[in-house]
Amino acid sequence: MTPLQEYLALSMALFFIGTWGVVARRNIILVVMCIELMLNAINIALVAFSNYSPIGGGRGEVFVFFVFALAAAEAAIGLAIAIAMYRLKEKLSVDDLDEMKG
Amino acid sequence: MMKTAVLLIPLLPLASFIITGLFGKRYFKEKSQYLSVAAVAVSWLLSIYLIIQVERGEELSWQVYSWIAAGKFKVDIGFLVDQLTAVMLLVVSTVGFMVHVYSIGYMKGDGGYYRFFAYLNLFMFSMFMLILGNNFLMLYVFWEAVGLCSYLLISFWYTKQSAANAGTKAFLVNRVGDFGFGLGIMLIFVTLGTLSYSGVFENAGRIGSGTITAICLLLFMGAMGKSAQFPLHVWLPDAMEGPTPVSSLIHAATMVNAGVYMVARSSPLFHQSHTAMFVVALVGTFTAIFAASIGLVQNDIKKVLAYSTVSQLGYMFAALGVGAWAAGMFHLVAHGFFKGLLFLCSGSVIHAVSGEQDMRKMGGLKNKIKITYWTFVIGALAISGFPGLAGFWSKDSVLAGAFNGGYWYFWLVGLIAAFMTAFYMFRLIFMTFHGKPRDVELYSHAHESPRSMTIPLIVLAIPSVLIGLVLGLPPEDGHIDRFLEPVFEAVKGEAHHFGALDVGLMALSAGIGLAGIFLAWVFYIKRPELPEKAGAHVGVLYKAALNKYWIDEIYFALFINPVRALGRGLWRWVDVGIIDGFVNGSARFFRGVGMVLRPAQSGKIQAYMFSMLLGLLALLLVYLALTI
Amino acid sequence: MYEFQEQIGFPILTVITFLPALGGLAVLFARGKPNVYKGITLAVTGVNFLLSLVLIQYFDRYTATMQFVEKVPWISSLGISYHMAVDGISVLLIMLTTLLSLIIVPASWNYIKDRELQFFAAFLFLETGLIGVFCARDLFMFYVFWEVMLIPMYFIIGVWGGPRRIYAAIKFFLFTFAGSLLMLIAIVAIAYLARSNPFATPVFDMDLLENATFSYQVQVLAFLAFFIAFAVKVPMWPLHTWLPDAHVEAPTAGSVILAGVMLKVGGYGMLRLCIPLFPDAVVAIAPYILVLSIIAIVYGALVSLVQKDLKKLVAYSSVSHMGFVTAGIFALNIVGIEGGIMVMFSHGLLTGALFLMVGFLYERLHTREISEMGGLAGPFPVMAAFFSFFALASLGLPGLSGFVGEFLSLVGLFTYSKPMAAVASIGIILAAAYLLWMYQRVMFTGLRDQKWYKVPDYSLREIVSLAPLGILAVWAGVYPNTFLQLIQPPAARLTEKMAPYMAESGSVVERIFASLGGLF
Repeated sequence: MTPLQEYLALSMALFFIGTWGVVARRNIILVVMCIELMLNAINIALVAFSNYSPIGGGRGEVFVFFVFALAAAEAAIGLAIAIAMYRLKEKLSVDDLDEMKG
Repeated sequence: MMKTAVLLIPLLPLASFIITGLFGKRYFKEKSQYLSVAAVAVSWLLSIYLIIQVERGEELSWQVYSWIAAGKFKVDIGFLVDQLTAVMLLVVSTVGFMVHVYSIGYMKGDGGYYRFFAYLNLFMFSMFMLILGNNFLMLYVFWEAVGLCSYLLISFWYTKQSAANAGTKAFLVNRVGDFGFGLGIMLIFVTLGTLSYSGVFENAGRIGSGTITAICLLLFMGAMGKSAQFPLHVWLPDAMEGPTPVSSLIHAATMVNAGVYMVARSSPLFHQSHTAMFVVALVGTFTAIFAASIGLVQNDIKKVLAYSTVSQLGYMFAALGVGAWAAGMFHLVAHGFFKGLLFLCSGSVIHAVSGEQDMRKMGGLKNKIKITYWTFVIGALAISGFPGLAGFWSKDSVLAGAFNGGYWYFWLVGLIAAFMTAFYMFRLIFMTFHGKPRDVELYSHAHESPRSMTIPLIVLAIPSVLIGLVLGLPPEDGHIDRFLEPVFEAVKGEAHHFGALDVGLMALSAGIGLAGIFLAWVFYIKRPELPEKAGAHVGVLYKAALNKYWIDEIYFALFINPVRALGRGLWRWVDVGIIDGFVNGSARFFRGVGMVLRPAQSGKIQAYMFSMLLGLLALLLVYLALTI
Repeated sequence: MYEFQEQIGFPILTVITFLPALGGLAVLFARGKPNVYKGITLAVTGVNFLLSLVLIQYFDRYTATMQFVEKVPWISSLGISYHMAVDGISVLLIMLTTLLSLIIVPASWNYIKDRELQFFAAFLFLETGLIGVFCARDLFMFYVFWEVMLIPMYFIIGVWGGPRRIYAAIKFFLFTFAGSLLMLIAIVAIAYLARSNPFATPVFDMDLLENATFSYQVQVLAFLAFFIAFAVKVPMWPLHTWLPDAHVEAPTAGSVILAGVMLKVGGYGMLRLCIPLFPDAVVAIAPYILVLSIIAIVYGALVSLVQKDLKKLVAYSSVSHMGFVTAGIFALNIVGIEGGIMVMFSHGLLTGALFLMVGFLYERLHTREISEMGGLAGPFPVMAAFFSFFALASLGLPGLSGFVGEFLSLVGLFTYSKPMAAVASIGIILAAAYLLWMYQRVMFTGLRDQKWYKVPDYSLREIVSLAPLGILAVWAGVYPNTFLQLIQPPAARLTEKMAPYMAESGSVVERIFASLGGLF
């Protein structure tokens, strides 16, 4: 059986790649994709924990479905925002989204 | 039957007040008097019936319903009819009835005709309830209610600034007295757990001496307000801004006697505190001479009578204070009749000279208004203590009470005040009715009042002459003494035998009254240039008396202006300055902090994200540092 | 867990609480039809008033136990239930709320110029919040209703108010909300501290909380948190400065509800929560509260005396009058508590009426400056008669409702401490001073402008709004037992609960020193 640490290492790697993308990329679509990446990293960790836990029994997998639903909603809204933004500003860089500047 | 009478006496005027007040303006108008006068007339008849029943030995103590019941605090609405009540009823209902009749003529044509009668009815209701009640709280309640009526009637001609001021002043000064009265009632309740007269008086012996003095002095503070005793006398002279029938009814014959009634009613309490009794006598005597000295120099016909009322009320308190309870009540009755008469007469004079009240513009009126003149003279003789008339007997029994009680100093002051009384009353008569008319214009238009006004004068002149003989003879064992005996039984001093000394005292007080009249005659008829000379001679005293010893000015400087300034200061400095300053200041503080932190909100999501990461990292490092 | 008292056959408390909210929703659907939504408002408030009369009719006034109980588990994992019940105090205040809500409908029939629909809807939601507070027996529900009443009032001041409405509305909101947050913390704290063991669900039910015991420190802290929340509402000095601003800016109807009911919520909260839950702390802190109350009585009266704006004068007089409420309640004896409640009731009637009067005068004169009035008794005799009636009742004239409450309250205070009662009595003198002086300047002396004779004296609408308040004021003055009977059992229950803690005696100064020793 593959040890838990390996799953977690994979999960962490994916999570940091995603985080890097969210912080560093400028294109809004890439930012949304990186968020998906982070969510999936969490999903891996959840499934892994669930399998290795004495009281697991599918509880982690249930959470994964919640995350899927959330990710789908998030992707839909994120892309909608991207389209709306393109229509409004004809740009896709998050740097241009600074209406909330104090 | 007695119960029905007791109920109807106050309720008839109340019903009339409600009906006249609601419908008078639209429907009754110039006919408003019929209902009100009829209601008071029936109340008067019922009062007479009640007095006869009491005379026969009947008494009534009746709880009608439980008014307030909160925990231990239980007060009923109930009636008590005994000899003291009967004496008060006699004065209140008779003078009240006469004043109602008189007002028909006096107030004719006034815009607020219906309003006037409605208020008078409300007053009669309150006054009847005041004397019929059977507990201290009811006394307090209707005490304030008569004060309200007094307020409404003083400021009856509300468009006049002076009338509006006088009304407010009367209510406020009375409130100051009621402050003490209310605390006194609370102290009674906390001490004894009850407020009914019977309950309190039966247990009066159980109260500690310090407490009972406190109770009596607090109650007396209320009496000082209502009965206009120094230093709370300031409202009564100003109250003359009201229509003259009001001055006669409320500010001479009935309401101002409420304080005397209260002290007499509480005699079992006062009897136990020598200090309180002495204070009552002292304040009464001082007020008697103090007010009389102001009355000597006033030029407004009603103001003279007002100060005279204050002075005579002082006599009553002096009598109560020295333990001459029955004498005090006797003077109350006699004074109620002759002072009511005098005020109505002055109203008739004012009516005759179309509203002028300054005596310096009158003179020589005696031939023009004969009935008014003669009744006025009867009233003046009665108050001056002319032998045989009402005031002679009652004032003498007051003075004799002081002398025989061992308070020769109060007696002496009372005697001097009696001299002043005779002097200022006849100064008034001579200035108004004798000599040459000073204002020919006014004189030529002067006319006798209508019959609705002169009949009450004649009716009230009768008791002013006779009531002393009926009630006061023989002195110290007259009808009124025997009648009131059951009420004052517990508080009576040792028996005193009427002897040669008393005859001497009587002669002395009669003589001093006559001397006062004579002096007035010298000053104002014989040698009219004398007053000015005398006034110049004692310049400061004259000026002080003329300005009422500047008491009003002192109150303004000491209380009213500082209180207003304090209010303004609290508002501007504490409310707006400190509290709101603190509130707005804290708002400004947070706003400032926000302005400092504002640049951190760059609007760039990635910057936020990055700082979050840094924060997370920092937390992790801290955690690691702590665990390792 | 389920409990439903078959006193009347239907859940009257739920109906009386939520009927106005339903009405409010209905109003929102009647856009553009003024007569429809005004009609709905009038009907709903009218029915609610009748329901409150039914409530009083079927209420058993000889017991202190909670009645008309409706209890359904709601969020059971947190121990929260839908629990409503009333005692005499609640019933009296519910009646006052429904009456004033009914009265302001005709009073603001033509008063609001724009967004009228939302105005009436806001009022109906407000009524739900107010009645809910008086019915709730679960702390969570209590808090929810407490906030529900805050929001419509914020909008009523902020949207339909005068020129400085935004400042007033925010000030009102911040003061009350700061208090509410303290209360929220205290609610959560005691709900968790009252558990029998660490694994039990928290306790939000007031019935259970009343039997729980807390340590002295917890009591003092929780008491203060609750007390500050209620003191802001009352309002007690020095937390009162939102009141004059809120009143001056609020529309007439807003002032009526604000003064008539919302201030009472503070006093009600003290009776319902502070005293029964934290008896130790109450006994220790009562002397300070009494000192603050007396300051409020005298201070409010003094500041009232010098006000130039009629409405502000009445607002500051509320501070003074509500001082009698807290003074009576924290005298901690039955007479004082009953007096305090009577002052609340009578103040609701009289100050409500006075604000209505100020509003009616404003509709005629378009000013509230006292210096611009004078002699108005000439053109407006009926208005002047009503005004004098309510002013006199408000200054505590015996025979009218103001007197009974204030006198009982003072007797209670006198039993607690004689000097305090003496100082508080000065407030009665001052009340006469500011009210009569105001009345004199408004109604007496010379009229400034003859044109007022062309303005009608009164309208039926105005008489209809004022008369019921006047009748109740006379009733409560002449036969106060009707109302005292309702509040006697609960007041007795409160004092019985306090009795074991009231052992010490001595002068107030001694008690203050003693309690200082206990606090630190």
